[in-house]
Amino acid sequence: MARIKEDIKEEFEVWEKEDLLNGCQAVSHGVRLADVDVIAAYPIRPYTEVMDVLSKIIADGELDAEYIIADSEHSQFEIVKHASSVGARAFAGSSGTGWMYGFEALVVTATDRLPPLFLVGNRALDDPGAFGVEHNDAMAVRDMGWLLCWVTTAQEALEHVLIGYRVAEDKRVRMPMGLAMDGAFLTHSQHMVQMPTKEAVERFLPVYDLGKRRLHPDNPISIAPQVNEDWVMELRRQNWEAARRAKKVIVEAYQEFNGIFGPRYSSPFFTEFMTGDAEAVMIGLGALAMPARTAVRRLREQGQKVGYVNLRWFRPFPTQELRECLGRFKAVGVIDRDFAHGSPDSGGILLHEIRSCLYPLEDRPNIINFITGLGGRDVSIDDCIRMYDLTLQAKDGEVEDEFVTWIGVRE
Amino acid sequence: MAELPVIDYERITTVHKTPLEEFYTSGHRTCQGCESAMVMRDFSKAAGPRTIATGSTGCMYVANTSYQTTPWIIPWMHTQLGAAGASAVGTSAGLRALMRKGKIPKEKINVITFCGDLGGGDMGLSGISGALQTDLDLLIILYDNESAANTDIQATGLTTYGAQTTFTPPGKKHRIMQRRWKKNVAPMLAVGHPTCRYVATACATYPQLDFLNKVRKALNVGGPTFIHTFDPCPKGWDYHPRYSHELGELGIRSGIFPLYEIIDGKISYTYDPHKKGRVPVRDYLMKQGRFAHLIDEDIDYIQGMVDTMWDEWEIPGVAPFKSELQLASN
Ligand SMILES: Cc1ncc(C[n+]2csc(CCOP(=O)(O)OP(=O)(O)O)c2C)c(N)n1
Ligand code: SF4
Ligand SMILES: [Mg+2]
Repeated sequence: MARIKEDIKEEFEVWEKEDLLNGCQAVSHGVRLADVDVIAAYPIRPYTEVMDVLSKIIADGELDAEYIIADSEHSQFEIVKHASSVGARAFAGSSGTGWMYGFEALVVTATDRLPPLFLVGNRALDDPGAFGVEHNDAMAVRDMGWLLCWVTTAQEALEHVLIGYRVAEDKRVRMPMGLAMDGAFLTHSQHMVQMPTKEAVERFLPVYDLGKRRLHPDNPISIAPQVNEDWVMELRRQNWEAARRAKKVIVEAYQEFNGIFGPRYSSPFFTEFMTGDAEAVMIGLGALAMPARTAVRRLREQGQKVGYVNLRWFRPFPTQELRECLGRFKAVGVIDRDFAHGSPDSGGILLHEIRSCLYPLEDRPNIINFITGLGGRDVSIDDCIRMYDLTLQAKDGEVEDEFVTWIGVRE
Repeated sequence: MAELPVIDYERITTVHKTPLEEFYTSGHRTCQGCESAMVMRDFSKAAGPRTIATGSTGCMYVANTSYQTTPWIIPWMHTQLGAAGASAVGTSAGLRALMRKGKIPKEKINVITFCGDLGGGDMGLSGISGALQTDLDLLIILYDNESAANTDIQATGLTTYGAQTTFTPPGKKHRIMQRRWKKNVAPMLAVGHPTCRYVATACATYPQLDFLNKVRKALNVGGPTFIHTFDPCPKGWDYHPRYSHELGELGIRSGIFPLYEIIDGKISYTYDPHKKGRVPVRDYLMKQGRFAHLIDEDIDYIQGMVDTMWDEWEIPGVAPFKSELQLASN
């Protein structure tokens, strides 16, 4: 497909080729196309493959970047934070316990308002060791001033590296970007991926410019001095304002993306599937969309009015948009591939967010919660059908089971 | 980084030739007599304005850099307690990539990172080791006031044996709670990182001008480099601030803190007790309240350890091994 540049009326190619890539490989090509300057690597499954591929991309001369093999995730994240402070576009990533090992650095990257991008290949937290997906790792930054989104296909993964940098680096935002994807189910499952051209990417993604906040002898500022009670509240407030502005910037980014690459995203924050006349829907993050959508199709064949909402952006949370969307239905089943032990009703993290989002509605849908797929346990189509059955019962207020149901657990 | 223009620093031969310009000035609120503050002042003076500094949490963050009264004329950024090495790597790698890719003008910009004995010598050791394995230009200065000073003087892995700190108070049953021998950080780093071309120990005030010149030498040699400074701290060591310089000198002359530099694997002593002799460690210890509870036996023990280091170690202050001859004669 060829597009016309608006300013100079000259054609340029938008896509160059199609490749069979898994999620990690797709992200590494996003990083290549974003012309990232500094990469810090540390091994942990399942995200590691992105670093394996990037090192080869650099070795082959397809990307000019500093590739640092860090001594720990804490160093890995601090390295990209500091690279970002001198104006370098920086990339890192991790999974599960590695993400938690570097947590202090993740927090300060946000409070320093720096915009590196991180891949989180979701993985269960130790102990006991498990490679499989669970969302608690990425979720840990949800209250820390981060941008956080989940992608569902390898194509989306690649594209969200570009969208992610664009949003994160925007002057109005400047927050770190967490790009989360389900371990194994996306990090290592292959999809056909269309590869954007460099030219199209350059058109979409401006160069990273920290402006007056760039650390350099020509701009001798002091970054992050001690403030105590004198200024912390104002700084937190600025973080908050940035997160609020981010929503507008996200919308703009998708509009522009669709303009250059074609109408790929109907809405930035979440995608609705067969929700038009639905009475009961489920909502979840990441690869759960695959079995859930198949279940929807099967149930639709039986005449059930069900749909699925695939939530993409978790931070900033699309409060108003989701309120309008979910407010249309009679019942909402919230799927959590995470847990929030000891929280209200002992539900999952997503449950609490959705419930609090919908609370102000006068006519709220009935909400129930499913905890499932922990540690990488497969969530089958049948599991999804069972969850839809329960959600449909909830529509009429008939849930006999507990409000929070664990699906696929040995009793 | 051969393609970059190098700032060729001159050796400062007399006090009058010390640069007048300050890059660490008023605005900090470190204690009177704080020798770590001298380290800050001197490294920035020696390096000059084309420098980016990062520093980990500790007195040289909290007492130094209050919002709206920063003492730093050069650009400076805080890094986390254990992140000194990573901050140097990230800063230096970022600059190098941007220069190589033509995104910023090519020039030599010094990257200097400082960390305390707890932040650098304990928590951040692995990150510093990582930094010293790179081929990036960076200098890490471990300013050693022998305690976690900022959190009210707790013992670290680099606190002198026997010292009283808030974690190691003398009591009715145990006179000595600090029973760890000072960790030998600089040599550990020198020995373990064969491609790191410059490692030194220093004291900001003794011998005069030595620290300034070591900073310059490190920057001239280039690549990843490391300097460990010995910083008397009136609050933590419990003495009148007027004795800071004197204690620094006594620490060196008693041989308890060896002064040397290792360039390309060659060691040279800045103060060589073999030639100049050593004053008794008692003269150094007894001027500090933190050792007031020690009895003769303890002082003899410390003196014995220091004697062994200078008389029997394969390389005094650096390699705690004994030669075959010494072993045979024991
Ligand atoms: C991860 C972490 N743990 C603990 C602290 C609390 N803390 C702040 S400064 C400090 C002491 C640092 O000691 P040192 O590195 O020797 O520097 P000094 O204060 O002596 O200058 C500690 C423990 C912290 N800031 N971060
Ligand atoms: S406590 Fe020690 S290191 Fe800290 S400011 Fe005071 S003298 Fe300096
Ligand atoms: Mg200290």
